[in-house]
Amino acid sequence: MFPIVEAEFLAPDVKRFVIEAPRVARKRKAGQFVILRLHDHGERIPLTIADSDPDRGTVTLIVQGVGKTTKLLNMLGPGDAILDLVGPLGTPSHVEAFGTVVVIGGGLGAAIAYPTAKAMKEAGNHVVSIVGARNKELVILEAEIGAISDELLVTTDDGSYARKGFVTEVLRELIESGRAIDLVLAIGPTRMMQAVAETTRPKGIKTVVSLNSLMVDGTGMCGGCRVLTTAGARFACVDGPEFDAHEIDFETLVRRNRTYLSNESESLRRFLEDPERDLDRVRESCRLEWEHPEVRAEARRS
Amino acid sequence: MNAETPDPAVPAPPLSKKDRMKIPRQPMPEQDPARRRTNFEEVNQGLTVMGAATEALRCLSCANPKCTSGCPVGVKVKDFVDLIVAGDFLGAAAKIREDNILPAITGRVCPQETQCEGCCILGNKFEPLGVGYLERFVADYERRTGRVGLPERPLATGKKVAIVGSGPAGLSAAGDLVRQGHAVTVFEALHAIGGVLLYGIPEFRLPKEIVRHEVDAMRMMGVEFQTNVVIGKTVTIDELMADEGYDAVFVATGAGLPKFLDVPGEHLNGVYSANEFLTRVNLMRADAFPESDEPVFDCRGRDVAVVGGGNTAMDAVRTACRLGARTSYLIYRRSEAEMPARAEELKHAKQEGIALMTLTNPVAFLGDADGFVSGVRCVRMELGEPDASGRRSPKEIPGSEFETPIQMAVIALGTSANPLVQSTTPELATTRKGYIAADPETLRTSKRGVFAGGDIVTGGATVILAMGAGRKAAASIHEYLSTGAWDAPA
Ligand SMILES: Cc1cc2nc3c(=O)[nH]c(=O)nc-3n(C[C@H](O)[C@H](O)[C@H](O)COP(=O)(O)OP(=O)(O)OC[C@H]3O[C@@H](n4cnc5c(N)ncnc54)[C@H](O)[C@@H]3O)c2cc1C
Ligand SMILES: Cc1cc2nc3c(=O)[nH]c(=O)nc-3n(C[C@H](O)[C@H](O)[C@H](O)COP(=O)(O)OP(=O)(O)OC[C@H]3O[C@@H](n4cnc5c(N)ncnc54)[C@H](O)[C@@H]3O)c2cc1C
Ligand code: FES
Repeated sequence: MFPIVEAEFLAPDVKRFVIEAPRVARKRKAGQFVILRLHDHGERIPLTIADSDPDRGTVTLIVQGVGKTTKLLNMLGPGDAILDLVGPLGTPSHVEAFGTVVVIGGGLGAAIAYPTAKAMKEAGNHVVSIVGARNKELVILEAEIGAISDELLVTTDDGSYARKGFVTEVLRELIESGRAIDLVLAIGPTRMMQAVAETTRPKGIKTVVSLNSLMVDGTGMCGGCRVLTTAGARFACVDGPEFDAHEIDFETLVRRNRTYLSNESESLRRFLEDPERDLDRVRESCRLEWEHPEVRAEARRS
Repeated sequence: MNAETPDPAVPAPPLSKKDRMKIPRQPMPEQDPARRRTNFEEVNQGLTVMGAATEALRCLSCANPKCTSGCPVGVKVKDFVDLIVAGDFLGAAAKIREDNILPAITGRVCPQETQCEGCCILGNKFEPLGVGYLERFVADYERRTGRVGLPERPLATGKKVAIVGSGPAGLSAAGDLVRQGHAVTVFEALHAIGGVLLYGIPEFRLPKEIVRHEVDAMRMMGVEFQTNVVIGKTVTIDELMADEGYDAVFVATGAGLPKFLDVPGEHLNGVYSANEFLTRVNLMRADAFPESDEPVFDCRGRDVAVVGGGNTAMDAVRTACRLGARTSYLIYRRSEAEMPARAEELKHAKQEGIALMTLTNPVAFLGDADGFVSGVRCVRMELGEPDASGRRSPKEIPGSEFETPIQMAVIALGTSANPLVQSTTPELATTRKGYIAADPETLRTSKRGVFAGGDIVTGGATVILAMGAGRKAAASIHEYLSTGAWDAPA
């Protein structure tokens, strides 16, 4: 059991959580994620560790409510707990002094890119961050990313804030202005990452993306998260989630992520009809675990 | 009931061997195939008291019983069967537990035909004694009475042992070590305890209630379980020993890495590894979707192909059947005689109407416009001359390709070693194939204080062999903790 100690909305449907998980907090490196499960009928979903505080024993997650599980999670707050949370999973971001690193975060991708951008800055890179969102309300972590970037460029699709346009346009201008770019890190919707890959490919600029395939265990046991690369199939949960963008078969990724569309919408519809039932399940699963003294001892130790 | 069958409640005159041999092997009551293929309830219903007492009478009480040597952990079959004959079912269960801590599980999943029952002398002329059925009977009886005899808690030795993985190898080692007074913590990566017993073997063969019951009994004996801990990620073996004060570690992480066929179309939607398919259903209860959140491909009215011939393939094909598949094909490249699955599972699968496609091998999966699998292209095979190992290897028959429409596929080709622990424990030597190198007798690895056993050492094997390895490791760990002596493995 992993108590939630802080929770606040950063944007509509986007919530930041600080959760007690001392072992994960001690170990995690930028680019890693956790898998969590909210109640005993729940599914396991992956979420990036946006930040951690080893002294306090906490990890920070930033969650966008897109379907049943994430919307349910976004209804929880301090006083609630998460039944299962395992990590840190995945291979940490490869961080070294590359030179100039362009970090692109699209939508919620800004939250996933933030820890790696910070690590890149700490490793001595010149960090240019491009943060894009559909509109003004959805721009997140502008101040935090600004604080660890040498340059910050913000765009909105509809022009309601900062510059109007897509992140790829800003990237193309940077490239065309003749700036030396040693690495591009792009995180966001799959189609955005694909567009970035196509923008940098002709110039041969090394580009890293963080892939969001469907996951179950997150430890390499099932292969459900497999992505197709030019070198064959790779498991995103152990070999990734970061990969060389120019080696990824994005069409297969997009297609595989659509496998359960009809189940997902059915789940969401049922949930929205009666959210209380699942909220009760979260609280009951956690209480049951809490009331079992031997389990409580375990929870305290881990 | 047969009029000649003795009533065990009434002391009967001893039966002659000849009379014993006249008793037919008692059949296992089963759910009707037509009904069971639509539910996840257990297929085998268990012998009745009368059935078990009658079956026990068939034992010839050999002076030199072969059955015990056929059992990988040496269960004293004759002794426990004698106790059944005497009507002491709890005593019989206790007798088994001296050598086997999970009899309700092994009684259900062991390949008895190649082990204890395969060595039974009755089998020469008649059907062998139903050792597995009897083992299961007394374990279930004991559980129903709620009187599982927990051993006394010994004095604490003050030594701490960490066990990595909660499958049968880890559980059996934990049971033995805690009885010797060591403080035992089992670390498990998933959110629930049991390893393959939980996420691999389906409910209709091994009800999860039984696994949970055994785990609860171990909790009461003082074993501590920590779920959601991935050794190598959350914490490493070196940290367990240096920072958390563990005096010894037993690595029992199984062979959890799925193998794929490596043919075109394998990444289409609806193509699963058996591990993924079975985990979704067994661990995440996707069969109950949307009551459970985890989805699985909707098999209802569709055609499903499972590739492989082992227990995993049988479990997957029978699971697909229960999820409502119209046709469940089992595609296997050798013939029925070579199938490594338990004989009973193959029999049950056939009764449930699965479509066997033997001497057949997939060469590609075909997809529809949306990227979902829509068919499988196969080639027919023939068995060649026996090779050096005596196994007849399958060869493709040129020009024999054909296509079959399917909407879901499961690849059940076996598994290999997950490298997580090995790759984060520099001193741990591995074999060429990535398994942990351990001494076969002491189960010591190349790293002082670290032992390994079960599938992570042998590759995918059986529940009872994993349990046997757990016991051996426990004895060896106990010796190490008592003497402090560590000889490098041979
Ligand atoms: C390594 C990794 C890290 C991630 N980090 C974060 C994070 O920090 N914050 C965050 O909010 N989300 C993150 N995600 C995505 C998150 O896992 C999904 O949003 C979540 O699983 C959706 O679950 P759901 O039940 O709410 O929605 P569902 O009902 O399952 O899906 C709703 C819609 O979301 C999309 N979706 C479903 N699964 C995924 C997925 N795995 N990835 C992307 N989109 C998906 C689909 O288009 C679907 O239609 C991450 C994913 C991965 C693989
Ligand atoms: C579908 C299926 C059906 C089978 N049917 C039969 C049968 O009928 N009869 C039979 O005898 N055998 C059967 N087997 C084989 C048998 O289940 C295995 O041989 C046995 O379970 C191996 O036991 P183990 O303890 O070595 O590993 P496992 O049971 O695999 O357990 C390993 C555990 O370790 C955990 N783990 C792995 N890595 C880590 C880590 N880094 N940190 C923490 N935890 C970790 C895993 O999550 C898992 O819970 C079957 C196998 C499968 C897959
Ligand atoms: S999620 Fe199962 S292997 Fe990656």
